[in-house]
Amino acid sequence: MHLAYPAVLAVLLFCVGLYGVLARRNAILVLMSVELMLNAVNLNLVAFDVWLRDTVHAGQALTLFTITIAAAEIGLGLAIVLLVFRHRGSSDVDRLTGLAEPHGGPGAPHAPDASDATPTPAADDEKAEASA
Amino acid sequence: MNLSAAAHPGFLSPTGVEITFVLIGLATLGAALLTVTTRQLVHAALWLVVALGGLAVEYLLLTAEFIAWVQVLIYVGSVVVLLLFGLMLTKAPIGRSPDADSENRLVALGVALAAAAALVWVVVDAFRTTWVDLHGVAQGSSHATGESLFRHWVLPFEALSVLLLAALVGAIVLSRRDAGSPGGATTGAGSPADSATGKEQS
Amino acid sequence: MTLTALAALVPLLPFLGAAAGLLLGRRAPGFVRPLAVLPTAASFVLAAVTAARQGTGAPTDAAHRLTATGSVPIDLALHLDGFSVLIAVLVGLVATCVQLYSVSYLRDDPRYPSYAALVSLFTSAMLLVVYTGDLMVLLVGWEVMGICSYFLVGHHWETEAARAASIKAFLVTKLGDVPFLIGVFALASDAHTFRIDGILAAAAEGRLHHPTVVALLLLAGVAGKSAQFPLHTWLPDAMAGPTPVSALIHAATMVAAGIYLVARLLPVFTASAAALAVLAAMAAVTMVGSGLAALAQDDIKRVLAYSTIGQLGYMAGALAVGDRDAAVFHLLSHGAFKALLFLGAGVVIHAAGTNSLTAMSRMGSLGKRVPDAMWTMGLALAALAALPPLTGFFSKESVLRAAEHASSGDAAHVPSAVGWTVLVAGLTAALLTAGYAARLFLLAFRGSGPDAPDHGRQPVVMTTVLWVLAVPTLAFGGLTYRELPDWFGGAPLGPTLLTSVLGTGLALVGVLVTYGAWSASSATRMAVPVGAVVTADPDAEPALVEAEATATHQEVYGDIAAADDPGDPGRLLLGRLHPLAAHGFRLDAVYSALFVRPVLAAANLVRFLDREVVETYVRAAGGTPRLLGAAVRRAQNGNVQTYLSALLAGAVVLAVLVAVGG
Repeated sequence: MHLAYPAVLAVLLFCVGLYGVLARRNAILVLMSVELMLNAVNLNLVAFDVWLRDTVHAGQALTLFTITIAAAEIGLGLAIVLLVFRHRGSSDVDRLTGLAEPHGGPGAPHAPDASDATPTPAADDEKAEASA
Repeated sequence: MNLSAAAHPGFLSPTGVEITFVLIGLATLGAALLTVTTRQLVHAALWLVVALGGLAVEYLLLTAEFIAWVQVLIYVGSVVVLLLFGLMLTKAPIGRSPDADSENRLVALGVALAAAAALVWVVVDAFRTTWVDLHGVAQGSSHATGESLFRHWVLPFEALSVLLLAALVGAIVLSRRDAGSPGGATTGAGSPADSATGKEQS
Repeated sequence: MTLTALAALVPLLPFLGAAAGLLLGRRAPGFVRPLAVLPTAASFVLAAVTAARQGTGAPTDAAHRLTATGSVPIDLALHLDGFSVLIAVLVGLVATCVQLYSVSYLRDDPRYPSYAALVSLFTSAMLLVVYTGDLMVLLVGWEVMGICSYFLVGHHWETEAARAASIKAFLVTKLGDVPFLIGVFALASDAHTFRIDGILAAAAEGRLHHPTVVALLLLAGVAGKSAQFPLHTWLPDAMAGPTPVSALIHAATMVAAGIYLVARLLPVFTASAAALAVLAAMAAVTMVGSGLAALAQDDIKRVLAYSTIGQLGYMAGALAVGDRDAAVFHLLSHGAFKALLFLGAGVVIHAAGTNSLTAMSRMGSLGKRVPDAMWTMGLALAALAALPPLTGFFSKESVLRAAEHASSGDAAHVPSAVGWTVLVAGLTAALLTAGYAARLFLLAFRGSGPDAPDHGRQPVVMTTVLWVLAVPTLAFGGLTYRELPDWFGGAPLGPTLLTSVLGTGLALVGVLVTYGAWSASSATRMAVPVGAVVTADPDAEPALVEAEATATHQEVYGDIAAADDPGDPGRLLLGRLHPLAAHGFRLDAVYSALFVRPVLAAANLVRFLDREVVETYVRAAGGTPRLLGAAVRRAQNGNVQTYLSALLAGAVVLAVLVAVGG
């Protein structure tokens, strides 16, 4: 089989996931998109493992690890989303703008819980990117 | 490898496996696209099931059967369930929600298309003639995978279990309501992860 | 006590008095007057003792080096010779008289403590200048005098005239001081020392590389301090200060410093014929111009101020012909009678309640109200006009004699043209001097009309001081002209027949002509009454009366210097020159057009550049980052998806760049 097929499929899946991460409003849908991206990577790992016929099966082992980590990540991510939802009453990513520069100039007061809650999804997303 | 690739016919003569792979791949891609575009949040989760399931079939076609079953068990079985729980716990609307996509959509589309174009170009350019030999000893049988996993990857495997434990504790701590506040509905966020790790560990 | 210690105490005592006066002035008002008078008087006595002990002996030099000061050493050097000890005695005498007079003149002034302390400091600085043997130390005294004159001229700083005059005095003298400083440095770098005797030795050996440049630079400072043309304009305006200050500045201290410096450094000047020629031209213009201007002034103190400028011109002329003995002789005698004139003028202004000669000429019996002032001022004016046998006659004759000597080409280093210039200008000035002296006396004391307001007797202290100063005015020249050459170690100073006859004759002509003009215009004076005679409160202290008179002069007569009086003999004598002379030949206007306005325009330009151009850059430098910051801040909208989009777009661009470029 041509390697290009799984590779291109992985690329396209990754980009679809990318679009979802950037375009979805609901934090849980963003997490789903992250899962898509992770799976695209997994597909790549498997395909290259099969192609290279690695004797230690690094590709498949890594895929298993990735799946595990993805499961852990989705658990933590959902916990965070729930926390945010409980605090803010919404899980819309583009409404969690507590880190925004206040328009009244620097130093204007804003809700302290917002600054507590919002960094976590951001860090979470980027962590997902990094692991992907 | 290059020799064997050169000996085989190119794109013009696909084998049966390839045709199957491409068809399943198209279905997977379509499901993934629906996942990220549908306006019904619950449907998105269901389309995600289709996409992940399609990927499991692709793994099978690539002779990685153990991975395929793990994919079905963990992703389709637990992760999606977890996501559905999440959707419900955050009171996601049932039915079409007009504001499922943020205002960032056009930018996201641009970035995604650019990334897709660049990556497809690079990947096709690099692996145009590469041939994967799917015959011979199966790469991904349970036997082979288990052997390599417990022979070469024991230490990362154990480290991973510690990571899972940490994630477990973290999820519980995060989703725990403050002392004195009633109800424990959100502990569900932690327990499916627990069940997932349990399956993985076994 | 050694002579050196004695001499060191002379400038030190007034300095300590000034410091104590400034410190104790507010807390212990009872000590202020003793602290003002006693150190100065003691300093005068010590100066006299120093002079007596120094006598005609060889110059005494003492130096103490406090610390190493780089390439050219600076010493606390003392130099005592005939010149310095005699001038110190004069300074001490005048300063003591001025302090005594001020006690009464400024009796109710709330700023008297600081005033007295500044006068003491001024005296101390002048004594330092006189005694020092080091140019750097001299410069210290020189500058201290400059700042003290600024404060003292501006004593009545409530009035606009005093403020303007003090700033003008300071700026004009500083204008001269800058080239002077450069000249001192040039001199020291040539001679490798700041010690005056070292510099003189270098000049004698011809080791000065640029004598003309150095001499001209020094002359600028001298012209500023000694009020020579073209930097004399501050002196008439400085009349806005209290009369005792005028007496101090004009008689013995500030203006004498310039002449004294040239006298000390005369070999440096005689090394350059060009410098002598410039000095002579300066002196000649100053003498004649100031004489003409003095004839036209209405303010009694401004007449005296212009006469000071003229007499300083005489001294400068004597120096230009290379005779410092004559210059210092005239400096000494002039110091005595000019102090008397100013202090007398203070009494007259107090008595008349005005400083305007026009108003005084319409007052009967002013002379009877202040007989002491009339007699002593009469003496001093006669001395000013160089009538024998008063002191001014002898000193002025010595100047004329030196000029005549130089004009015949007998003086070494001095071109005969310089001698002729000084001689002709000196004789012309003698005529003019006699004229304005007579005019002053006649207008002030021989007026006719309603009686002057009766203020009662003038304070005893003030009149006593006048008589004390009248003694040297009367006798100093006649008694000492034979002795002084021993002190100065130079040529005889006695009058010669030719110059005596010429000078005295011209002076008499001047007096008579003025008398004639005065008589001729007396009818006009009777016919034209003065519009408004401002007379101040008779019971106020004299300084207040004077300040009020100075301040109101401009309102009443439309001008600070002149009055529109058709009965003025000066107007008759000067004819069409009168308005010009009354305003100092409009030199201030010329300066204003030549220097002040361009500088103001340049300042406006600079202000415009600073406010509009530079400030714009500054604002832009602040504003651009602010705008950029606002733009960047807008990007910080807190939406994580936007951030991620930018991040990934950047990653794609980089990847493509690497793929394409690599």
